[in-house]
Amino acid sequence: MPPAALPSGEPAIEVADLRRTYRTNTGTLRRRRLEIEAVRGVSLRVGAGELFGLLGPNGAGKTTTIRVLCTLLLPTSGRVEVLGMDVVERARDVRRQIGYVFGGDRGLYDRLSALDNLRYFADLYALDPRRQRRRIEEVLEMVGLKGRDKERVEGFSRGMRQRLHLARGLLHDPPVLFFDEPTIGVDPVGAREVRQVVEELARAGKTILLTTHYMFEADSLCDRIAVISKGQIVAEGTPQQLKAGVTARTVVEIEAYGVPEQTIGRIRDLPEVDSVTTEVREQAQLLTVQAREGSQLTGRLLQLLEGVRVERIAAREPTLEDAYVALVTA
Amino acid sequence: MSAVRLSQELYRTGPAALSWPRQVVSGWWYQLKMQAQSGFVVMVSLVQPLIFASIAMADQQAGNRTLPLLYYALGAGIMGIWSTVVFGCGGALSWQRHQGMLEPLVMVPAPLVLVLLGITLGTATVGLYSMGATLLWGWLIFGAHIHLADPVAFVVSAVVMVVALGLLGLVMGASFVLYRNANALSNALEYPVWLVCGLVVPLSLLPGWTHYLAYVLAPTWGIEAMRTAALGGDPWLALLWCVVASLAYLGLGVLLVGNVERLARAHATLTFQ
Repeated sequence: MPPAALPSGEPAIEVADLRRTYRTNTGTLRRRRLEIEAVRGVSLRVGAGELFGLLGPNGAGKTTTIRVLCTLLLPTSGRVEVLGMDVVERARDVRRQIGYVFGGDRGLYDRLSALDNLRYFADLYALDPRRQRRRIEEVLEMVGLKGRDKERVEGFSRGMRQRLHLARGLLHDPPVLFFDEPTIGVDPVGAREVRQVVEELARAGKTILLTTHYMFEADSLCDRIAVISKGQIVAEGTPQQLKAGVTARTVVEIEAYGVPEQTIGRIRDLPEVDSVTTEVREQAQLLTVQAREGSQLTGRLLQLLEGVRVERIAAREPTLEDAYVALVTA
Repeated sequence: MSAVRLSQELYRTGPAALSWPRQVVSGWWYQLKMQAQSGFVVMVSLVQPLIFASIAMADQQAGNRTLPLLYYALGAGIMGIWSTVVFGCGGALSWQRHQGMLEPLVMVPAPLVLVLLGITLGTATVGLYSMGATLLWGWLIFGAHIHLADPVAFVVSAVVMVVALGLLGLVMGASFVLYRNANALSNALEYPVWLVCGLVVPLSLLPGWTHYLAYVLAPTWGIEAMRTAALGGDPWLALLWCVVASLAYLGLGVLLVGNVERLARAHATLTFQ
């Protein structure tokens, strides 16, 4: 399907002040109505042919934003357009021009073969029956599932399922693609293959909006990134621009054993410290401390860690992940 | 989507609308393929009808019923098709939601009503297991004389009946898309339809007010047509009413599904969570 005509300079995806509220009821005897504002005034523009990343922690509003863009949810307010078409008023026209690839095990017919899954969706996308077989072969080849297409999906590994998701999203050759955490739960080799396909699609001129938790993935793939936190965009720019926002900081990594919570609290309370994250690595803890540059941080940290077995302490260059942590914990 | 909007869509979509029959047939075929492999669906469409058929036919042989065995075998078969439709439509759509399939299906450019129609027609077709099983059971165990007075009319009636049940399933399916737990309704819908449509006992034994309900339910006319075609008589008028009721269901389904899709997008009920 040829891409819809778009006047030059026009964004392929445009979101203006998008808000989305979920309403739910709680309580058994005393029913109470709850309103959860998942997206609170998100605005973004993605140019034609751009690979745009949407980063944020769980519950930040990434998937809600993508679902509105994919016509699966109606916005509570705001304007959302894909290729100049309003996703509320022209949902069916938008659907012809987009592909949605989401991560995880679900979203495929397990009792059918990969080929039958693709044939069914090829019919639903109204692919010309004379072109269908060739197109299915092309996408199977592209995602590396050729030769396995007659097997039932229930026997597929997570990585193979993900590649089948990809194949389905590409069947009608849409100019705009949405990837919602496409490598989640996929082994490193499978994830690399998925990333290669995303790169090839970007080179072929597709407009791609990608959400991911993996910073290196966003860093290596995306032209531009927006960080979303608590339903709002808190930063936007190229990976280099976002990293530049934290280059004036010091990042210290401490590998230690049995650091008490109070000590972590005291580190967090230091005036020059912006954030402290902890990660358990087998028996040890990895503390990542972000602070403003110029302070004699290492010495002060060692003082606070007196009595704790410290295996390693080192300052390093800030990464995109540090920029992300600084933004979402601010 | 109203009929006017549907016709506008047809006009605007142009050649893409030519793919609509293919989309329904494709949905029907793959749904049939999946459901025919489901042990649960096969059990629902076989075990229960055979039990009811056995009770009715044993009762007839004991001299308590006067109609031929074939009459009861057909009734039990249709009961099985209806059970499969009721459980199948509710179960299939809940299962689609559980499997994360409802979102990809809503996201395709094909009208949702056609996608659901394929699913419900496929489910109703699986119910034909019931018809085959009860006829075979009646012949093997009870010695029922399987002689069809008008085989052509019988086959036409059976096909129309399956389509009618699939379309009734489409109307129900609209609510199943909107409400996550709507399949619980399916339990409540099974027995009343059996009774009101005269599948268990002749309609003449039921109170007069139930007849009005029976007249708007396509299975009433479908079973009448099938029984007349099998046992002798003119099935075509009943068949015509079955077609009229089915077309009304189709219209209602088109109206409902368009609105329900919009409501499901507003209330975020396309996903399981």
